[in-house]
Amino acid sequence: MINLIIDVSRYLMILLIALYTYLNFRYFSFQDDKRKNSICRRQNILMFLIHLLAYGIIWLETEDERMLVFYGAQVLFFFAYLFLYRLFYRNRSKLLVNNMCMLLSIGFIMLTRLSFDKAVKQFTIVVVAAAITCIIPFIIDRVWQLSKIPWVYGIGGVILLGIVCVAGTTSYGAQLSIGVAGFSFQPSEFVKISYVFFIATMFYRSVSNRTILLVSGVSALHVLILVLSKDLGSALIFFITYVFMLFIATGKWRYLIGGTVGGILASTFAFQLFSHVKTRVAAWLNPWSDIAGKGYQISQSLFAIGTGGWFGMGLYRGMPRKIPVVEKDFIFSAISEEMGGIFALCVLLICLGCFLQFMMIAGNMQAVFYKLIAFGLGMIYAIQVFLTVGGVTKFIPSTGVTLPLVSYGGSSVLSTFIIFGIIQGLYILKRNEEEEDQYES
Amino acid sequence: MKANANPKANHQILILTYGIVLLFIGLVVYYGYFLQVKSDSVINNSYNARLDSFADRVVRGEIRSSNGQVLARTDVDGEGHETRVYPFDSMFAHAVGYSVNGKTGLEAQSNFYLLTSHVNIIEQVINELSSRKNQGDNVVTTLDVDLQKKAYEALGKRNGAVVVMEPDTGKILAMVSKPDYNPNTILSDWNSLVAEENTSGQLLNRATQGLYPPGSTFKIVTALEYIRENPESYKDYVFDCDGIYENGDYSIKCYHETAHGHQNFTQAFANSCNGAFSNLGLMLDLSGLRNTSEQLLFNTDLSLPFPSNRSSYIMAPGADTWQILQTAIGQGQTQITPLHNAMITAAIANGGTLMKPYLIDHVENAGGDIIKKFVPQAYGNIMTAEESAKITELMQAVVTEGTGSALRTDAYTVAGKTGSAEFDKNKETHAWFVGYAPADHPKIAVSVIVEEGGSGGKTAAPIARSLFDLYFSR
Repeated sequence: MINLIIDVSRYLMILLIALYTYLNFRYFSFQDDKRKNSICRRQNILMFLIHLLAYGIIWLETEDERMLVFYGAQVLFFFAYLFLYRLFYRNRSKLLVNNMCMLLSIGFIMLTRLSFDKAVKQFTIVVVAAAITCIIPFIIDRVWQLSKIPWVYGIGGVILLGIVCVAGTTSYGAQLSIGVAGFSFQPSEFVKISYVFFIATMFYRSVSNRTILLVSGVSALHVLILVLSKDLGSALIFFITYVFMLFIATGKWRYLIGGTVGGILASTFAFQLFSHVKTRVAAWLNPWSDIAGKGYQISQSLFAIGTGGWFGMGLYRGMPRKIPVVEKDFIFSAISEEMGGIFALCVLLICLGCFLQFMMIAGNMQAVFYKLIAFGLGMIYAIQVFLTVGGVTKFIPSTGVTLPLVSYGGSSVLSTFIIFGIIQGLYILKRNEEEEDQYES
Repeated sequence: MKANANPKANHQILILTYGIVLLFIGLVVYYGYFLQVKSDSVINNSYNARLDSFADRVVRGEIRSSNGQVLARTDVDGEGHETRVYPFDSMFAHAVGYSVNGKTGLEAQSNFYLLTSHVNIIEQVINELSSRKNQGDNVVTTLDVDLQKKAYEALGKRNGAVVVMEPDTGKILAMVSKPDYNPNTILSDWNSLVAEENTSGQLLNRATQGLYPPGSTFKIVTALEYIRENPESYKDYVFDCDGIYENGDYSIKCYHETAHGHQNFTQAFANSCNGAFSNLGLMLDLSGLRNTSEQLLFNTDLSLPFPSNRSSYIMAPGADTWQILQTAIGQGQTQITPLHNAMITAAIANGGTLMKPYLIDHVENAGGDIIKKFVPQAYGNIMTAEESAKITELMQAVVTEGTGSALRTDAYTVAGKTGSAEFDKNKETHAWFVGYAPADHPKIAVSVIVEEGGSGGKTAAPIARSLFDLYFSR
């Protein structure tokens, strides 16, 4: 009987998230706020239903009362977050808040299934991050000084990355994190943001050849330090983001083309130089030739995704923990294995929806500074999603980056909260301006 | 606030957004393709521990012959104990394989299907409520019980292998390997089967993994290369055979030192004259011969859905005379699997187009609805239609006037090639026969090897004859 309930819930969850995802895109086709608001309300209901069904299954499978308490805490958190955002920011982007909550809840569900302790830890970090970043839109709206301190961003970023490169702890062949007061802290997650701010502030001032040269130098330094730390996923994200931002700031195609060619050359060079890049590319080209060794992670991931199929094995019915670092870089495979390929694709599309919202905000911003910030952060987000999902599905070689808001990891969660907070701030800023204009005219 | 340095910014943001959206669409399409098409072959891997857990909820399905006879089934007793039963005992041992202490054959290849249940939703609910397992899907193979039985009996107590294929589809109709084992008792026999002093290798599927010197069946390759180098004049080749061909210090004997006398190209092929083909080998472009061999899939992973060994062709340009003399007649270091020899033969029969050999015709649920259908797939052209016609002419002569006399009949026409492959000076040769029938409109191709069977014409050809007789009598 329990199996039956679990099976039905599994299909129901797929249906619900498909509906949610549909609304996510339907949203863009409406102009008037009333209909947009009604879509967002329906999304909230769907999210809570999925969350409820998933924890129902988790409870039936584990028969562990702690799950119920944990579930209650999460529901409380989501209600509080949605409510407080509504209270503080009348003009918020509801879609963005909804998507954050949806992705977070999927992350909680999957992490609870993988490791209750990690899920609780993640939840704690999320609550703290949510509380802290709640004020970001407020700051963005009022503190114009943020555009006046490029060198704080630039030099700060280089120093932080430099510390990791020299003193960082090594995991999977790369220096990623430093230990601070018992916490493992991954600076590159935050430098992503300061980096975008640096580029935006500089290009906002001028796009003279001198500035371009200077910014290119500092950006190259960021990328170079990341390459030396062997954090090639981040290096790639930083590099592409810079090229794109340069292109948007100047409007000159030659920068985009030159940057792309340079990127390809640099990748070839990195392939020759670093053994762990070669390993990853070899594992990508043919993971089956060395399943027990180099191809282990990716082949386990493909086993997970393939065995799960379109509809998934059901929570606790798969073996996602066979995949090394499943709760971080490979969380997407775990979702696909147990919740199903359709569910996982919906997660991907929700991420794409966030990106589109970012780009719409970038397009709506008049000030170059804000436009570049929204654009740069959006690109960072999109590239990261693409790298992680493409990597675990063997679409591209695995680069070892996390799926924002879903993967386990404090730094990743906090930095994503900051990014979404900033974008939210820009959106609110714009809406407030529009309202004032209306009022005046 | 400053003026925008780039008035086209929004337009360009749109372009890059489209670019990213396109990347995501590519990812989604790839993902769908992987789940829908690729995943079956990916997950059916012995390293995928997930499949074993399927057995907790599904009763392993049946493996059936092409006409629905059960080759393997799982019986469940009143207490829920499951036993895998193989009604034909050892007859399908290697083709169907076993499912204890690891899995082999179709038990391994179709593991995922057997452990996946597509019984209808109502039955699933009923099973669920009465806490019964669902019945796994059944795998219907291309195997033909009558042909398999005939091949199994014809091989008798001798070691060797038989592969029967449909040239125009690639369907494997029969696959026998001896010595064998009884899958019903494999658990109790296991220790003796894998014992160190046991050198007979019952567990090895010789049809797909046994590597043998091709002997005179390789003359097909040598002849093809000679035809390629002399497309107009190859029939002008003549040779006088006195039973032993001498070249410097080397001598090549014909089988039992039979003197074939004056031989033209077709006669030399039909009578399998070693002297004529050794001598002809010396005239060949060695890199050409190597290319032709590799085009015929020597030194190539066959990349089939079941394990198979690579046939090897070693000789390279610059080889010494002895190696050339040997290689041209299929001796020396060249090695081939019976399956690969069947594939080459089937391709000749099919106008040069090789069809991928396959064993699973379709998968159906317990109610008989088709879940997945496998269709014939071309491997590619390994020779031109013109070349295959020329080889067919030679192979027909083998039967009408040469070593393949065992297949002379009015009932149907046969194209074939015998082989008596020497592997140990002090032992009898391995007996080979490859061929197909009817020669002008091939329906069935066979590859037969009898270890230490002596003459291919005397030992292997009659086995092929019995298979053809059965096939065309229906």
